Amino acid sequence: MSETALRTVDVSCVFEVSQGFMKGTKPLRAVNGVSLNIPKGRVVGLVGESGCGKSTMANILLGLQKPTSGDVMSGDSLYYGQQTGYLDRKKIARRIQPIFQDPYSSLNPTKTIHSIVCLPLRIHNIGDPSKWDKKVYDILDLVGLPKRVAQSYPSQMSGGQRQRVAIARALIMKPEVVICDEPTSALDVSVQSQILNLLQDLRQELGLTYLLISHNLAVVEHMADRVAVMYLGRIVEEADANTLFDDPRHPYTKALLGSVLTPDPSLGVPDTHLGTVFPNPIDPPSGCSFHPRCSECMDICSKKAPKPSVEGGRMIECHRYQTNEAEVA
Amino acid sequence: MTDASPSSQPSLRIAEEILEPSPMAKLRRRIFKNYSFLIGAFILVLIVSIALLAPVLEASGWIQDPYAQDLSKRLNNPFWHEKKFDADHILGTDKVGRDYLSRLVYGAQISLLIGFSTMIISGFIGTVLGVSAGYFGGRIDMVVNFIINTRLAMPVFLVAMAAVVAFGASLLVVIMVLGLFLWDRFAVVMRSITMQARDLDYVKAARALGCSTPYIIVREIFPNVLSSLTVVATVEMANAILLEAALSFLGFGVQAPTPSWGLMLNEGREYMFFSAWLLALPGGCLFLLVLAINLFGDGLRDVALERER
Repeated sequence: MSETALRTVDVSCVFEVSQGFMKGTKPLRAVNGVSLNIPKGRVVGLVGESGCGKSTMANILLGLQKPTSGDVMSGDSLYYGQQTGYLDRKKIARRIQPIFQDPYSSLNPTKTIHSIVCLPLRIHNIGDPSKWDKKVYDILDLVGLPKRVAQSYPSQMSGGQRQRVAIARALIMKPEVVICDEPTSALDVSVQSQILNLLQDLRQELGLTYLLISHNLAVVEHMADRVAVMYLGRIVEEADANTLFDDPRHPYTKALLGSVLTPDPSLGVPDTHLGTVFPNPIDPPSGCSFHPRCSECMDICSKKAPKPSVEGGRMIECHRYQTNEAEVA
Repeated sequence: MTDASPSSQPSLRIAEEILEPSPMAKLRRRIFKNYSFLIGAFILVLIVSIALLAPVLEASGWIQDPYAQDLSKRLNNPFWHEKKFDADHILGTDKVGRDYLSRLVYGAQISLLIGFSTMIISGFIGTVLGVSAGYFGGRIDMVVNFIINTRLAMPVFLVAMAAVVAFGASLLVVIMVLGLFLWDRFAVVMRSITMQARDLDYVKAARALGCSTPYIIVREIFPNVLSSLTVVATVEMANAILLEAALSFLGFGVQAPTPSWGLMLNEGREYMFFSAWLLALPGGCLFLLVLAINLFGDGLRDVALERER
């Protein structure tokens, strides 16, 4: 495996959720012991349904949210394996940049495109201020925007153009890692592919590392080298993209893959056996958190949480694929 | 938007030559389409320039000394009356023979001074409280909410009267009392708007860029709440002017012989049925000024907000 860019070690993030007036709080485990390895120069996909903790993971990696426990370690190429928790926020920002889901809210409506894209250079005081203009125009050109948009406001642009501006802002400092939090889900289908191709091209050109967070499996299959499936704050299966899409093991992964809609309307909505109820994360099910919705549920599933088992390049957390010793113990 | 591939470069280059009108040109176009803004701005500029130029006008003989009494010319009628009209006093004289026009002009100074300084003081207090409550939330929000509720529980008028009794009536006391009491709307509006803006992705993006909290508040959030701030500011300025007039009318505000529209209303009260213009003129001035400020504020919001839509 290649060099690591960013690594999380057993990261948890717990929010105290108020239960109403004078009732105290209950912990909500948004992220529950996630260890994720993001190799340098690769694309790691993180999939899962709404509310499973994907965006909290993104915030933790960006340093916007302090994990309750566990560490985020930078790779050698970033800050020599230091924990990012001890780094200055600016230092994290220099190397890790986000692309957000909604380009309609991620650009400040009172600023011109030029000042939005130039902001990272100003904040970090990179290079000679007289060359900022040129850098801004270069990066706008790179993401496929004409020079004339520099003086316009975000409200004058289309969604796809705005997302290009957001990408330009994230890339102008030449960061190492880009956290794409659902970069295309707010866009039209026709624009989605443009943005995805742009992200692919830029990755090859600038040698970027992506963490691609999405609930759109087609996007992940198109982009990612490695995929992690998240359920209720835990990674339940992680494997190379080809392996995972060809041979999904975890019942949840199977259900997710089965839930992809087909273009043929006569086939109807696929039956995923998942039901409609996402468990309450404040009060997670006993044992394996997936067992109430699992189609292959066994007796042990409701009693004991499965341990992650690693086999070859894939990790899976399910009693069905538990190695024998683990089951005995 | 064309595709980003290099083959589409020529078409992009052509598009570059088609320039949009500059932001200033667009702003000018919007201003001249907005009649309420134009009317409000016109009246406001007129009143403000007359008020500011009052000493100059007096020195060059256009208006007379607002304090000079002439007991032989008491209650002269303004120009639309045939009887008891004196060409020296176009708008007549009050009960001690002071020129009504110059008192109105100097009264505009007082009204504008009070309106403006109240707006600045209360705007500053309210914005600081509201923005910090909205941005930081949690404990700070609770404390600010408590302060707002405490302030709302106090009647401005009674407190103003008490302050006047305690510190004596003067212009400064009126300004301080109104300034320290009219910030509640600023705080409430700023708090709710900042709360909305705080959760937007551009604030998160700024944080992910490593911007400091003061930078985010001042440079990212503040420009977005500015248009609402100007609207509240104009409403509160008009409100302060009316409150000053009311306080002066009751004798708790500006004290005689300082010319103030509220005070002039009070002094003209006794002659309401015989010389109605004594009330109509300062009342009309008040109405015109408050209307102009409100039209101006409303138009300003439309003009400024256009960019964000």
